[in-house]
Order: sequence, then C-alpha cells, then structure tokens
Amino acid sequence: MNILGYDTKNGGRGMTILTLTAIVLGVSLGAGFLGALTGLGGGVVIVPFLTLALGVDIRYAIGASLVSVIATSSGAASAYVKEGFSNIRVGMFLEVGTTLGAIAGAFLAAVVSPPVIAVIFGFVLIVNVFFSLAKHPGPASDIPAPSDRLAARLRLDGEYPSLRGIVAYRVQRVLSGLGLMSVAGVLSGLLGIGSGALKVIAMDRVMRIPFKVSTATSNFMIGVTAASSAGIYLHRGYIDPGLTMPVMLGVLAGSILGTRVLVRTPTRRLRLLFDIVIFALGVEMILNGLTGKL
Amino acid sequence: MDSPESSKPESGHGWTGVQVDRIIGNLLRLGLVLSAAVVVIGAAIYLARHGGQTAMYHVFHRNAPDFRLVENIFGSGARFRGRGFIMAGLVLLIATPVARVAFSVLAFIRQRDYLFTAVTIFVLTVLLFSIFWLGLR
Repeated sequence: MNILGYDTKNGGRGMTILTLTAIVLGVSLGAGFLGALTGLGGGVVIVPFLTLALGVDIRYAIGASLVSVIATSSGAASAYVKEGFSNIRVGMFLEVGTTLGAIAGAFLAAVVSPPVIAVIFGFVLIVNVFFSLAKHPGPASDIPAPSDRLAARLRLDGEYPSLRGIVAYRVQRVLSGLGLMSVAGVLSGLLGIGSGALKVIAMDRVMRIPFKVSTATSNFMIGVTAASSAGIYLHRGYIDPGLTMPVMLGVLAGSILGTRVLVRTPTRRLRLLFDIVIFALGVEMILNGLTGKL
Repeated sequence: MDSPESSKPESGHGWTGVQVDRIIGNLLRLGLVLSAAVVVIGAAIYLARHGGQTAMYHVFHRNAPDFRLVENIFGSGARFRGRGFIMAGLVLLIATPVARVAFSVLAFIRQRDYLFTAVTIFVLTVLLFSIFWLGLR
C-alpha cells in the first residue's frame, strides 16, 4: 500500500509540506471530480487515501474530509437550488435527524479508538458499493400511493421540472426516513463523510421521493449535517489547517469541474470503476484497522 | 416548486419560491467564494514560510496551537499567521450552511408558515449549540 515510496507508518516521513500539499491537492482534485461525476462525493476516497497511502492520523483525515464535504455541498446546492429539484421542506425537516445524529457521531469519534473507526469506515465503503450496484427499483413517482399522514401534515409533497413537464410526487414513510437520516448523521459525524449515499437511499427508496429530487435535496442537506459536527471537530483539533487546505481547495475545484462535464460523460462505466476502487479501499481500511496499522 | 412557498397555494405574501431559491443559491456561492479566497491567502503565506519543513501528520497533536485565535492571525504570533488565515477561511466555510438555515427561518416567517419556522429554528439552535457551546469554547 506504500504507493508513494514513503514509510506509511510515519506519515510520509521525509516529505516536505510543499510536496505533501501538492500531492494531496492533486488527489483531492481527482476525488472531487470523480465524486461529482458519480454522485458519491469526494469524501469517501479522501480518508482512505490520506490514511492508507500517506499514513496521516485518521483524526486529521476525517477532519479534513468533513470540511471538504461542506465545500462540495455548498457548491452543488447553489447549482441545484436554481434548477428547482431540491425540496427544501423535506430537507429542513430531515435535518432535525441529521444534525442531532451528527453531534452524537462527533462525540462517538472521540470515544471510539482510531482502528475501530477505520473498520467502520471500511464497512460503510463496502455497503456503499453494494447499494450502488444493486438494481434500482424504478421511478417512485410512477406509483401513485397516497402520502402518509405526517407528510400531509407537514406539506412535504412537491413537484419538479422534467422533460415531460412538471411532475408531482407524494412523500411516504416520513418517520422511517427520519430514523435513517439520524443514522446518516451519526456516520457523517463519526467518519467525516457526507453520507450522501445513505441520505439518497432514505429519500429515494424509503420515502419514495423521485431520485433527482432525492440527490438534489441530499446535496442541500450534507453541508448542514457536516457543519453540526465541524464545531466539535474544531474543538478537538481534528481540523488541521495545513492538511485541510489542499483537501478543501482540491475537492472543491474538482467537484466544480465534475459538475461542468457531468452532462457529456457516460457515467455507468466510470461509476463501476469507482465502485471497484471504493470496494478495494474498504477492504484495505478494514484490514489495516484489524491489524492495528491505522 | 422546491421552496417552502411552492406547496402553499395562497402565496400572496412574503417572498416567492423563486426569490428564496435565488437568495439561498447566492448566499451559498458567496460564502464559498469568500472562504476559498481567505484559505488561498493563508495557503500562500503558510507555504512560503513553512513549505520546506517536514510534514508531520502521522502523529495526532492533542495540544496543537489554536489557529482560530485572532492573535494568531494578526498578532505577534507570526509563526502561525498563514494557518490562522486558513482557519479563518474554514470557519467561514462552516458558517455558510448555518447562514443558509438562518435565512430559511426568515423565509418561513415571511411565508407565515409557523410549523416550519419552528422546525427550522430547532435545526438552527442545534447547529449554534454544537458550534458555540460544544465546539468553539
């Protein structure tokens, strides 16, 4: 795993800050770019890269990753909001769960030992891949089920623009969705990721919100979720400015580039490639966690 | 169609959904551009001063200097000036989604949607509590 020829146990010993910054900036750029193309976000690759390839302490890695997640979310959300896909009511209501979960997760991060965090991270990566590969049950909006009582009470139903004109949708199983969102929040706070995949699953598959609306709303929510654990990360010293700087700038620039070319690129193959990489990283994280190398 | 306003048929008062969306979009973009600019300034100072030193991220320093302190940015602590700037930019970045939620509170109030005003105030309180009470102490 020592791809750079440095002693991984020593955080790239011998590397100057300038070299490290350049490498991290380059990889973060690529991660942000692929993350935007595949919709998985850049955070899932950053932590394994920093810890496995560069030997960075996992606490610094998740701190840097969490900050980059906020940057990507703000960037993506500002674009999506304009297009009218995101459902702000749904997002705001579910943020009750994600913010509380994220605080719990950030506290857990301090209690749980780094190797255990690495193992959990690895499992989350692998589960992500399985969900990504699993067949999608089909567009939810074609099933005209009535929205549940809570959704009606909160007026969560909405509509979005499509090629066929305005499509209305109904929201279901709000409480199950809220529960799953709390789990997404815990994982976000614990692992410094956006938990975008789980958020989309909660909205798209559980609450039966159309996929496009789910992804846009998820992007919108990720920044708020991450911000609620970022304060605790700051307090604990997880966010090191020297390391976070290239991660944040790289992921941000990469994701902006990624959303620009999103329209023209065949994403299925790319996504499969990304899935394979993430699966391998997940296995590597678990192995390194179990052997106590991280 | 995606804003608080849209699912409300009687949208005679307050901001329209499109207006709210535009303001939120601009708010996020402004926060992002500002924070990135401050981080870049800090990065230039930090790399010019410390670029040649050896990177040490394999050990977690529990008692690292607090780069959020204003004196590290502008005061005599010039050793930390670059990182102080970067940190200021990062704090700005973290504040952006919080500002977005705060703005949503205003939007829901203006739309007389009191249930969602309460929901949004709750989220804002959680955020502020976490950042100021649990975080920046």
